[in-house]
Parts: sequence; C-alpha cells; structure tokens
Amino acid sequence: MFAGVCTYHPCATAAEGPFFITYTHQMEEPGNLEIAIKNVTGKPAGGNRFLGSALEFEYGVRAWWTTEVYLDGQATAREGTLFTGYRWENRFRVLAREHWINPVLYVEFENINGADKSLLEVVDNDGEADLTGLNSEARSEKKREIEAKLILGSHFRGWTFAENFIAEKNVRHEPFEFGYAVGISRPLALAARPDRCDFCPENFQAGVEMYGGLGTHERFGLRETSHYVAPTVAWTVANGTSFTVSPTFGITETSARFLLRFAVSYELNQFGRAARHLFR
Amino acid sequence: MNGCRVLVLGVVVSLAAAAVWARVGTLVQQAPPKAQVLRNPFEEQDPARRAGAKLFARECAACHGHEGVGMSKAPPLNQAEVHEASPGALFWVLRNGSLKRGMPSFAHLPEAQRWQIITYLKTLKER
Repeated sequence: MFAGVCTYHPCATAAEGPFFITYTHQMEEPGNLEIAIKNVTGKPAGGNRFLGSALEFEYGVRAWWTTEVYLDGQATAREGTLFTGYRWENRFRVLAREHWINPVLYVEFENINGADKSLLEVVDNDGEADLTGLNSEARSEKKREIEAKLILGSHFRGWTFAENFIAEKNVRHEPFEFGYAVGISRPLALAARPDRCDFCPENFQAGVEMYGGLGTHERFGLRETSHYVAPTVAWTVANGTSFTVSPTFGITETSARFLLRFAVSYELNQFGRAARHLFR
Repeated sequence: MNGCRVLVLGVVVSLAAAAVWARVGTLVQQAPPKAQVLRNPFEEQDPARRAGAKLFARECAACHGHEGVGMSKAPPLNQAEVHEASPGALFWVLRNGSLKRGMPSFAHLPEAQRWQIITYLKTLKER
C-alpha cells in the first residue's frame, strides 16, 4: 500500500525544523503523512549501551489539527530488544493568523512501560538513573500518562524560535510533573537556488535546543533535575527525505553525559486523498 | 439572573467570533491594505522564477496541481485573480494561510523563498 500511494502521487519534502524534542507551531499540511524514525543512543554510567527508537506517523487532519502515533521500542546491549509502548498525540493551532507568537495546544496519551528509552521529553527529575535499570524489571512498570504542552512559536527573518511548557500526569497516581523545551533554528540560506540540488545550502537547517525537567507541583524547581543542550542539523535531499542528527550533552549531575540522536523522515503529499482513490 | 447574563454574553461572543470566522471574499481580498503595498524584491527576475518553480513543485503542487492548474481540493492559481493581485496580498496569503479553507500557513519558509514562489506564480499562464 505504501508503494502504491508513493507511486500514485509525488512524494515531497518534509519541511519541519531540525528539532527532536521541541515542537514549533508548524502543523502538518492537511492530507499529508510524514513517516519518521527517531533514534537515540547512549551509554549511561553504570548501565549498558542502548538504542531507543520511536516510529512516528504524523498526519494533517485539518490545517489546524495534526495527529501523530508513535510506536516505541528499544534495544539494550546484553539485555535484548523489546517493544515499549505507544503514544497518540494531537496538536491544535489556536489562532487563525500568523502572529509574533503563535500558540498551539498539545494533548498526548501515552501507554508505555518503564523500559522505554525513546526520551521524547524530559519532565520532573527524569535522568540518567532511569536508563540503567534492567529491562526485565523495568518493563513491568506501567506508565499510562496524559501529557499537555503549550507550544509557542515564532518566525523572524528566517529564524525559528520555539518554546514548550510541559505538564504530565500519570492517570492512576503520582503528582503533576513539569518540563520545558526551547529551540532556535535557521536554514543555511534564506533564498533557494534556481536548480534542483541535494547540497544547496537552503536544504540544511541548523539549530540548538535545550530541554529539561522542572519538578512536580509539590516540589517545583530545578533541584535534582536533568537538563540537556543539543545542537542539531537537518538535511533534506531533493527527493524529500530528511536526515537529522543531534549530539546531546547533559549539563547537570543527574543528566546522561552524552546522547546521540538521529532521525530519518519522509513525507507523502496528499496521502489521504491517494489512499481514498486506492480503495474506490 | 447572573446565569442569564452569562448566557447572553456567551451568545454575543459566539456570534462575534462566528462573524469574524466567516469573513467573506477570497483569501487575496482579505489581505489588509498594509500588506498589499509590499513589493516583491525578486520581481521579474528569472533566477527567482526558476527557484520559485522548484519551491512550488515541493510545497504547493500537491494541492494546487502542477503549473497551478488546480485540483479538487484547492483552486487553480493560473487565473486572473492571482495575476492581478498585488505581490503583497499574495505574500500575506502565503504567510497566514486559512485554517478555515484548509490552506496551511507557509510562514516557516523564509521570506525570500515566499517571494520566489510569488515570482513564479506571476508567470503562470492564465487560463
């Protein structure tokens, strides 16, 4: 079916920013489907090297509504590979027009287990210690959580600025947990070259993001929280495939020292319409 | 009594919001006068037209069709309204889109790339 849709309609560029954690106010175009695999690898002190992965399907339902499903898994050296759960998120653009600051509301339900290492957000005092537990024990911990984000985004003279405020709550117990993510990025060239090319500077975006936990509603603040700074580069080749890489540095004692994130994404233009044609 | 006031206020606010939401006219006609006077820095420049054609194929053709002939979901762009529109009005449309009509905002594209697309749009052959 994927091949059928792809040959039916030209597959085009994913135009999202280079961030892994920070969301901008850019929505998926209506009818488009983006498929991405986002990975993170690291070797926590006292633990084994791991590779956490999230397979992402992002669909533009309306110009103001984007929905995404993630399937998470991980592999840990000397322990094995396992599926760790799923996430379903929705983003809603609030204002009809583009403004200096553009808010987007985000709501997510996640059903994952304690062995999840996709690290798609950092809240409360999430840190390196969460990455060292044995899979056989960690997988028995169920995490059914509701997460809300206020996403603020701006574009100014080719620069993209984004700020996210995160609140997460386990549906059964535990307090509200908070976190943040901020990012700034820019394409290497603002005007496009006249010819089709893979290595044109406008095909590259560079930026930096910073994210971390802010405790809970009972003990809000920076104490014993993890924070990361991550330069990031994205490259979109002429056929629409995007590659993103981000070396990530922990800047507090509880943070993992170093993580490497990398992703590949591909966007199918007007997938919804093409899929409907296939089934007619 | 307070409940009644809240209800009336709610109805008034809803009607006002609906009136704003349902503004009449095409997207180009909704561009404010301040936006309409903006000038295209790449006007009639051939390299910008070619770059715009490349960007159009990537960003716009899936909905508006190749060479802007239009498709079921999005109107044709090779029509008089686009030819006669001021570059500033087209720039405003690209920046804001229309959530109501399903046209996304292209504010994530740098301004120069949006002007390049407009340079190309102005060269589309009118039907």
